[in-house]
Amino acid sequence: MDILHNLYFGFGVALSLQNLLYCFIGVLVGTLIGVLPGIGPMATIAMLLPITYNVPPVAALIMLAGIYYGAQYGGSTTSILVNLPGETSSVVTCIDGYQMARQGRAGVALAIAAIGSFVAGTICTMLIAMFGPSIAGIALKFGSPEYFSLMLMGLVTAAILAQGDMLKSLAMVFLGLMLGIVGSDVDTGVKRFCFGFFELADGIGFVTIAIGIFAVGEIIFNLSDPEERQVFTSRVGSLYPTRQDLKQAIAPILRGTAFGAFFGILPGTGPSIASFGSYMIEKKLAKDPSRFGHGAIEGVAGPESANNADAQCKFIPMLTLGIPASGTMALMLGALMIHGITPGPSVMVQQPALFWGLIASMWIGNLMLVVLNLPLVGLWVSLLKVPYRLLFPAIMVFSAIGIYSTNNTSFDIYLTAFFGVLGIMWRLLGCSPIPLLLGFVLGPMMEENLRRALQVSEGDPTVFFTRPISLAFLIVTVLILIVMVMPAVRKRRDDIAG
Amino acid sequence: MISRLLKNKDFWAGMMFIGFGVAAMFIARGYRFGSAMRMGPGFFPTFLGGILVAFGVCIMAVGLLRGERIQERLSIRALVLLPLSLVLFGLLMQWAGFIPAIMVLIFMSALAGKEFRFLEVLMLTGILVVAASALFIWGLELPYPLLKGF
Repeated sequence: MDILHNLYFGFGVALSLQNLLYCFIGVLVGTLIGVLPGIGPMATIAMLLPITYNVPPVAALIMLAGIYYGAQYGGSTTSILVNLPGETSSVVTCIDGYQMARQGRAGVALAIAAIGSFVAGTICTMLIAMFGPSIAGIALKFGSPEYFSLMLMGLVTAAILAQGDMLKSLAMVFLGLMLGIVGSDVDTGVKRFCFGFFELADGIGFVTIAIGIFAVGEIIFNLSDPEERQVFTSRVGSLYPTRQDLKQAIAPILRGTAFGAFFGILPGTGPSIASFGSYMIEKKLAKDPSRFGHGAIEGVAGPESANNADAQCKFIPMLTLGIPASGTMALMLGALMIHGITPGPSVMVQQPALFWGLIASMWIGNLMLVVLNLPLVGLWVSLLKVPYRLLFPAIMVFSAIGIYSTNNTSFDIYLTAFFGVLGIMWRLLGCSPIPLLLGFVLGPMMEENLRRALQVSEGDPTVFFTRPISLAFLIVTVLILIVMVMPAVRKRRDDIAG
Repeated sequence: MISRLLKNKDFWAGMMFIGFGVAAMFIARGYRFGSAMRMGPGFFPTFLGGILVAFGVCIMAVGLLRGERIQERLSIRALVLLPLSLVLFGLLMQWAGFIPAIMVLIFMSALAGKEFRFLEVLMLTGILVVAASALFIWGLELPYPLLKGF
């Protein structure tokens, strides 16, 4: 009963005119950038964060979340129609989705992708509503040692499960923690690593670092790529799947959802792992696996449900524990902090409207994607023809104004340019900036919890091992580390990533 | 030998982490270290700096064994022009106003691209100036003068 009551409350919040509008803007912008190659949800969310300063936090979060899952949706549209994955998570959809399009069944593929995403979204909304409160309830009893160990576990697993060089990713987490503590020390007020700039006293701006690396750095990198994209479009055809199509798709949708939900909760595992895994399973389970790669509807239904379920369930650790499981979730945490909300289990108690409103809005947003976007497919495809040379100056303008408006100072602009160059350097050296962002967000909280834990234990570092829950987190961390460095697992992981 | 080292990806990555770590530990010497029970402002940074150095050494060692080379292509033009366009934007926002700052930003960044068509960029500038002014100055009511000194 409690769940229904909470959801009812959430829908009350999400259905207000203002929040509906922001949800709509979010999914629309999300679909747009999902369709456009060369600009991803990370850059967009970072770019639009400053615009949400004057908006209530609920509306801001609803819009940013809309961008996130809208982009997922837009990415699958281009995968199916033009064999171009707009986002990495929809690479798998290209395989059978594009084949369906070539057989004149693009409309059906799009509809199945939308239905699958919607079913996955609905189930995951229920999952969050059911388990969210109990997870937060347990976490509310955590002390500083538990929090410290939990954050350590989140960061380490995110770094080693993500794609890329494991050692470098771990090092990037610690570099991120270091950048996170720039500014005045909460305890003593000492200004650390400010190099005499008073603008740094409040720390490095979250938006500054995110836009520098994920918008400016990304553009420099894209401009370095000599290849030009060619776009060929195919006809959409009928949007309505037949009864036979639906019958074939329903089981893959449910399996994909389960798969995505499981991987969604794990930090670091991007939606590409969930969708790839789902594709493999469907191929194994199929009576006639040879149909795969030639337009099998299961190959669209499963992975599309999986990546949406993954995207949605990534919100569970972020909202209930304050632990970002992916780069986008780190941006969401940053958005919360910008609005003066301390992330963690207390969000659900202190900001019930935010928590339940956001969850309800995700369901509404998914519905909007199905109802509004299928008829707009033609428009999205024509947008694909917008050349990148017109896009990136626009991204630069919106980024620059956004950063400037945060503190009304040019210093942040110079810092963004600096991080853009740093971001490029990291890319050249094969160091993924996403773990850095996760560390950056959690830096101050980790120091604070370490400090408090050691204060209570009177300087005894064994406190992290003698408290059972904290010990459990540490053991899990070590176990994952051991498993991941085993050669067999490592090879498999690289296969999937590559 | 030396030229191979200069292109060794992991060698430089390791150097980078060691550099950050050593710098952090060095600067953190200026902050009170405190004790485990009462951590001073220097405690956590010193700790992190040490970890970074350790990681850096490991990564460098791996690099010397593996010898993977830096392969990504980089457009020096974009690397110079895009950050420079931001810096100019920052300066112009203070001295000249919103519109000149945006115009310079668009032109500079467009120059960083592979293709520069003057008329197209001019039209893009017009559209973006109007759109940005409408959204930020009139819509969000940000207090920036469109043009300073008039």
